[in-house]
Amino acid sequence: MNAAVGEVARREDRAPPRRNRVYGLMAEFTDHDALLAAAASAFAEGYKRIDAYSPFPITGLAEAIGRPRTIIPLLVLLGGAAGGVGGYFMQWYSMAVDYPLDVGGRPLHSWPAFVPITFELTVLCAALTAFFSVFLLNRLPQPYHPAFNVAAFAQASHDRFFLCIEAVDPKFDPVQTHAFLENLRPAALHEVIE
Amino acid sequence: MPATSDIDKATHDDPSASAAARALGYPTQVIEPAETYQSVTRTISSIVLTRKHPKSWVFGFFVACTLLMLFFYAVAYLLMRGVGIWGVNIPVAWGFAIVNFVWWIGIGHAGTFISAILLLLLQKWRTSINRLTEAMTLFAVACAGLFPLLHLGRPWVFFWLLPYPDTMGLWPQFRSPLVWDVFAVSTYFTVSLLFWFLGLVPDLATLRDRANTRLKQTLYGVLALGWRGSAVHWQRQQSAYLLLAGLATPLVLSVHSVVSFDFSVAILPGWHSTIFPPYFVAGAIYSGFAMVLNIVIPVRKLYGLESLVTLRHLNNMANVMLATGLMVAYGYVMEAFMAWYSGDIFEQQMMANRMFGPYGWIFWALMLVNVLVPQALWSRRVRTHPVLLFFVALSVNLGMWLERFVIVITSLHRDFLPSSWNMYFPTFWDWATFFGSIGLFLTLLLLFIRFLPMISISEVRELVAEKEAAR
Repeated sequence: MNAAVGEVARREDRAPPRRNRVYGLMAEFTDHDALLAAAASAFAEGYKRIDAYSPFPITGLAEAIGRPRTIIPLLVLLGGAAGGVGGYFMQWYSMAVDYPLDVGGRPLHSWPAFVPITFELTVLCAALTAFFSVFLLNRLPQPYHPAFNVAAFAQASHDRFFLCIEAVDPKFDPVQTHAFLENLRPAALHEVIE
Repeated sequence: MPATSDIDKATHDDPSASAAARALGYPTQVIEPAETYQSVTRTISSIVLTRKHPKSWVFGFFVACTLLMLFFYAVAYLLMRGVGIWGVNIPVAWGFAIVNFVWWIGIGHAGTFISAILLLLLQKWRTSINRLTEAMTLFAVACAGLFPLLHLGRPWVFFWLLPYPDTMGLWPQFRSPLVWDVFAVSTYFTVSLLFWFLGLVPDLATLRDRANTRLKQTLYGVLALGWRGSAVHWQRQQSAYLLLAGLATPLVLSVHSVVSFDFSVAILPGWHSTIFPPYFVAGAIYSGFAMVLNIVIPVRKLYGLESLVTLRHLNNMANVMLATGLMVAYGYVMEAFMAWYSGDIFEQQMMANRMFGPYGWIFWALMLVNVLVPQALWSRRVRTHPVLLFFVALSVNLGMWLERFVIVITSLHRDFLPSSWNMYFPTFWDWATFFGSIGLFLTLLLLFIRFLPMISISEVRELVAEKEAAR
């Protein structure tokens, strides 16, 4: 989502120089409970363009910033179904239509023999869908992201937890948002430069 | 708010149960109490980034590379001269190649079992061994896949096995278990690879952020794909990870079932048996756990990972090995019983020949190393003694290889027609390809240990968070 927001923001003001523009404000926390509470109160405050960063998955964090569901299970179901139907069709078409082989008068459409490959292709297509949809929806690989401009953000993959309120948020105000984040008692507060 | 869901919390180790286990002297910890986010990251990432590798790594790599050269040599000669350099002939057309194929692919199963099935069963202890075992799966399946290809006779046209619009206007025979095998093994490899990489990306980001040289930062940075640990990204990653685990669970049971169809669909006495699929799957998990122990026990010692891979892990894996070993032993008993009970003279002859024929000594060696020796695992002292456990696991690995030898060779060498009976003797090239494949496996494994985090850092952090919350 961030990438999309970034792109929109970039397109909007193509005219002024992009250097040193504020991407957002980032609060740093030392444990996941604090991050979860902070994310929930930022969302309750009415901020919508927020993202939270953590070194391990935290249950309920995405929900806390207003992203209750992911579409991945549905995509995987569709991918698996396509693989299964396609796999069965391939076997039926090749064995019964395109290249019929009469083996002692046995039926050409011998469905029990088609089960294993139908199953394998269902699993294969579902797994490929799961894997690629994670990276496509996350817009990864992404070589650049403003969050990495904060030196302390290197700890986001180690032992620190970050909450970022982005400048594109309609409610974002450099002073008020700063004060709001300050109230959450973070370990540190960083300005993210784009 | 705990770091994990309520369901995790509900099934998290019940304190009274773990107190009881401790009173009985069973190891209960999945992670040492002193571990923190910092110590976990440091311990695991330093192996890859900063720590000097032990001399034994260099020595192991030397041995592995030597065997790998032997493999290249044997394969190059095979491509020059054809499968005639092996001991295979009629009636034993499936020699070492198929024995090794089944052995390697069975070994792979423990990795998927640990990473997928134990994840769905909320077994916390899997966390610190799943990455290493998934890597083991990948490398074992890679070794396995090579053998049927090399056995094809003309390996360079292996793609004829796949359905593609070819100029000959032909299709693979989709009713054949051998074609099912192509789909099963390639799906298994692909899904294992995706599952492994999806779990690896956040850890690659950790390595990128902690890299001490520009080169490492760039390489890990490219592999991490720009992962930044965003909550929404984690949500999708976790959802897909869980779904892949769900998909891999039936897959792991199907792959060795399909492999067993290669045998049981044939009418040969000793192969034509309905017990094969479950018996093969149990054997696969049995040998896989043995290989995991053979890898984990030296690695945790050499790299000082005893506080992450604890005695509880060893004990649990030994328990799984004991259980699956008993299933395999039941399979042996049932094969012999059914041969007698069927009243079929060919089955009875096969069983008598298997026990007392020219390969009888291999059958009895199999009973010793695969059935008798593992009974030592009933003892808690053996299960929690790394050195003893290592040797029991080694015995099981040998035993499972012998089992496949017995199934493939003794069934083929004497079938219905005594005039076509013959012996099978492996040649130098059979042995060279087999030991060479062990070299390939070890080389890949040692490179993995050297360059990638062998324990999932982000998942162990979850254990730490949970431990903090429980305190």
